[in-house]
Amino acid sequence: MANTKLMGLFQDPEQAAGAMTKLKENGFPVEDLDVYSGSPFPEGSFGEHEPEMRLFMFPLVGALVGFAIGLLWTAGTQISYPLVTGGKPLLSIPPMTIIMYENTMLGAIIFTVLGVLFESRLPRRKLGLYDERITEGYIGIIVDCPEERASAAETALQGAGAEEIKREEG
Amino acid sequence: MYYRRTLTDAQINRELLDVVLRTPMWWVVIVSILGLIVAGAASAFGFMMNQGLGVTGLQQPIFWGFFITNFIFWVGISHAGVMISAILRLSQAEWRRPMVRAAETMTVFALMTSLLQPLIHAGRPWRIFYWVFPYDWARGIWPDVRSPLVWDPTAIITYLTSSSLFVYTALIPDLAIIRDRSTGWRRTVYGILALGWHGNPRQWKLQGIAGILLSALILPVFVSVHSIVSWDFGVSLVPSWHVTVFAPYFVIGAVHSGVSAVVTLMILMRKLYKLENFIWEEHIDAVARLLIVVATAWLFFFWLDLVFALWLKEEQEMTVWHLRLFEPPWSWLFLVFIVCSYIIPVPLWMFRRVRRSFTWMLWTSLLVNVGMFLERLIIIVPALMRKGPWVFTYDTYRPSAVEVTLIVGSIALVAFLLMLFSKFFPLIPIWEEKEGQKLIDEVKVGDRVVPALVKEH
Repeated sequence: MANTKLMGLFQDPEQAAGAMTKLKENGFPVEDLDVYSGSPFPEGSFGEHEPEMRLFMFPLVGALVGFAIGLLWTAGTQISYPLVTGGKPLLSIPPMTIIMYENTMLGAIIFTVLGVLFESRLPRRKLGLYDERITEGYIGIIVDCPEERASAAETALQGAGAEEIKREEG
Repeated sequence: MYYRRTLTDAQINRELLDVVLRTPMWWVVIVSILGLIVAGAASAFGFMMNQGLGVTGLQQPIFWGFFITNFIFWVGISHAGVMISAILRLSQAEWRRPMVRAAETMTVFALMTSLLQPLIHAGRPWRIFYWVFPYDWARGIWPDVRSPLVWDPTAIITYLTSSSLFVYTALIPDLAIIRDRSTGWRRTVYGILALGWHGNPRQWKLQGIAGILLSALILPVFVSVHSIVSWDFGVSLVPSWHVTVFAPYFVIGAVHSGVSAVVTLMILMRKLYKLENFIWEEHIDAVARLLIVVATAWLFFFWLDLVFALWLKEEQEMTVWHLRLFEPPWSWLFLVFIVCSYIIPVPLWMFRRVRRSFTWMLWTSLLVNVGMFLERLIIIVPALMRKGPWVFTYDTYRPSAVEVTLIVGSIALVAFLLMLFSKFFPLIPIWEEKEGQKLIDEVKVGDRVVPALVKEH
């Protein structure tokens, strides 16, 4: 059966937190609830679901990729055109480390940003259920539920003092 | 702790998006003037490419002049932007909020401008790509990784990419705010740039982590970049350039000039964009206190540079220092440099009244950058003014009109890019300001009610 998404708009964060409590009391699993706000609130302000993330993996992988590219670039170019200078070893390690260091850091930073976007579930092609007032200070409480539970969710949102309730059929 | 004015989210949106959502006449006038100066500089560059480097003041034995000085100068300016933002984000300093975006953006544009300088200096810019990037597969000829000519672009491109990503990541929530306030094609463009941002707790948490993680990753890059730039000098055999303190000396010099540039930028922003509700005396005061420490640390390294020369008494090195300190015009320039970059501003910054005066801080911060430009010129040119063996024709360095035009053009270019940025994106992070508003409170202590900051750890 298709799911329905509801969004209750609240001007007051206290009311929004109250709506979350009511929805949970009415048996809506916390994983199916979401909160949209125009600025960050302290973690757990609305009793929301604690997201699991693996962001730490991204800079590590990026650093390894960057280091490998740096090594390939510096060692590869010296080996592919071998020019022995003054009888010294072909690979000049100290300057190689400079380039490898920069590439390692670049890889780590690029992958961190990619990781942030991936973990934030961005980019999204469509905004879906959303209201522009959210960036004016309103809080949007989102409920993703089966069609037959939509009226219960609506009642809970209204009971908590939602100024408006929007609906999107799944 | 600052006496923050209480503003609603809607007020913050309105005030910080004023120039983004409408185009004031003064903005058009300033951008047009800056655009004309940039066009003039581009023409001067075209003329130089057509005529060759002979139209500059560069000649035997001085082949590094204004362009390389300007390169070091802009790399220096670029440094403080991300540094100040990263340190303040890492330490969660409350007063970071109004200054981080402008500082980070200045870093990006200053770095872009600095990258142009070696291209201009080469006279035939397309050749640089051949020296730097390993693309000549057909002939199997590669850049020499042992040369600072390769280290420099690698470091600067790393820093530029990182800084740009840093700016963009923190800009996403604000792009969503602009998306929600615009219509038509602008809404489509901002919608694409905002990547479908909703602002759920997961996204906000990641935004916070990104700020801290990227700051931690960018800070080592920041230190490495100006160290590598200093090695352009340090690995040469030119007297007075191969001093062991050059890397930290360059880094701290960059911070000194860069933080001063941040002060200049913030004061101009406050005036032009009417940001009185966001940038206060307390912010400038805090940066000025930081500047006293930075400037004094910089003076210490400058002193070390001189002491090492006096300690060794190496003949050629002493000749260079003699030129710098006692031979006009270098002695005069040296005097102007030290007076502008330390002797006038630092004692003045000791006074609270000066630190909290926008006028005083504007002029003293500008003075620092005049001094720091001269510092780089004095490091470079006198060191090269030596008649070496097998040099039969030689002369001193006098910058030509083309070089002066290009220097003025580079300043105009950074200002022009900043003005363009401010037209399309807010110079103060809106979401950070809103977050700051939520965390303030007042606490009654005895008979006084003092502002307090609620903070999560």
